[in-house]
Amino acid sequence: MYAFQYRKAKSLKEAGELLAKDDEAKPLSGGMTLIPTLKQRLAQPTQLVDIAGLAELAGIDNKGGVLTIGAATRHSEVEASKAVKDAIPALADLASNIGDPQVRNRGTIGGSVANNDPAADYPSAVLALNAKVITNKREIAADDYFQGMFTTALEPGELIVRIAFPLPKKAAYAKFPHPASGYAMAGVFIAETAGGVRVAVTGAGASGVFRWKEAEQALAKGISAAAIEKLTLSADDINEDIHGSREYRAQLVKVMAGRAAAAIAGK
Amino acid sequence: MAKVTMTVNGKQCSGEVEDRTLLANFIRDTLKLTGTHVGCDTTQCGACTVHVDGRAVKSCTMLAVQAEGCEVTTIEGMAKNGKLHPVQQAFTECHALQCGFCTPGMIMAVSAMLKDNPHPTDDEIIHGLEGNLCRCTGYLNIVKAVKQAAGGKAGH
Repeated sequence: MYAFQYRKAKSLKEAGELLAKDDEAKPLSGGMTLIPTLKQRLAQPTQLVDIAGLAELAGIDNKGGVLTIGAATRHSEVEASKAVKDAIPALADLASNIGDPQVRNRGTIGGSVANNDPAADYPSAVLALNAKVITNKREIAADDYFQGMFTTALEPGELIVRIAFPLPKKAAYAKFPHPASGYAMAGVFIAETAGGVRVAVTGAGASGVFRWKEAEQALAKGISAAAIEKLTLSADDINEDIHGSREYRAQLVKVMAGRAAAAIAGK
Repeated sequence: MAKVTMTVNGKQCSGEVEDRTLLANFIRDTLKLTGTHVGCDTTQCGACTVHVDGRAVKSCTMLAVQAEGCEVTTIEGMAKNGKLHPVQQAFTECHALQCGFCTPGMIMAVSAMLKDNPHPTDDEIIHGLEGNLCRCTGYLNIVKAVKQAAGGKAGH
């Protein structure tokens, strides 16, 4: 690791100011991606501004048909939260399968969504549930927020404060985890929302998380595995690496979509 | 450099560290508690697992300064008054180790798991140990030991 200066922010305001003053400073939340990145010397920030303990970023709240989760909420808290299990059980289920228990005890929802790793789980839930990303500056709709691999609408110094999930009628997440890392080889989140059925795919897109519009149309009249079975996902925009070809991943997306649809249909 | 203070195995400990010093290095190099092992150094193997405020974490992926003011428990803090922790006892009785390198991390992960879920099923044990690798592949006896520690008396 290159040397850096560690600062524990006392408030969200102070964190925003520290980051705004220094282009090379980075916010630190759970650190489950950032610290490994630093250890590999893939980044050289001047300062790490620790925001994990900020009260403004804490708390889970279900009010008026919206489940709000503070950005510094750890995956293990989402996994165990009765409020989340009651409101959106698919979200608690997703959290319980991120990484491993030790990673879930540190990693945060805000960190995951801010990083937008193309194989992370949370971006698919944020996109499928049509959530709002609330920052220290504004509210960003999920459809505008994700802008490609590791790229989001966040500006320098802009921090996620909380994420607001409108409660879906039904939702399910299915993923095929990489056996070593636990990251999604393909993960599909299906949600029946007030605005219709939304299908978001992670782990497979060449430009990160994306909505599979053909599947959304196919499920509009009723969610079933059979409706997915008739579809073919083009492999053109699918990621390829040593773990799988784009054709393999496109097929995996379809299988995971079928499983998520079956889970919803069975409820 | 920064001064950190935390409670480790019930004792208040302080030290001067670089901001980038990992908790695992602080525990091993400053406090000389070498039971916490660093295996992969890439957040995968879990040999460095310790408890921070009661939760299992990988100490190779946390900065020492992030543990400021926290309660930390390492493998050295598990036995009390010369008596092994029930998970340590079960690992001994079930021969749940071969080379022993992963064992401190396994014990810390298992004891944290059993706090959340005192009677896990086989599937829950396997899911709960996804963050810990045993390069000797001695998983069967590890699972057996978890069940014994949980009062399952498997294999007896």
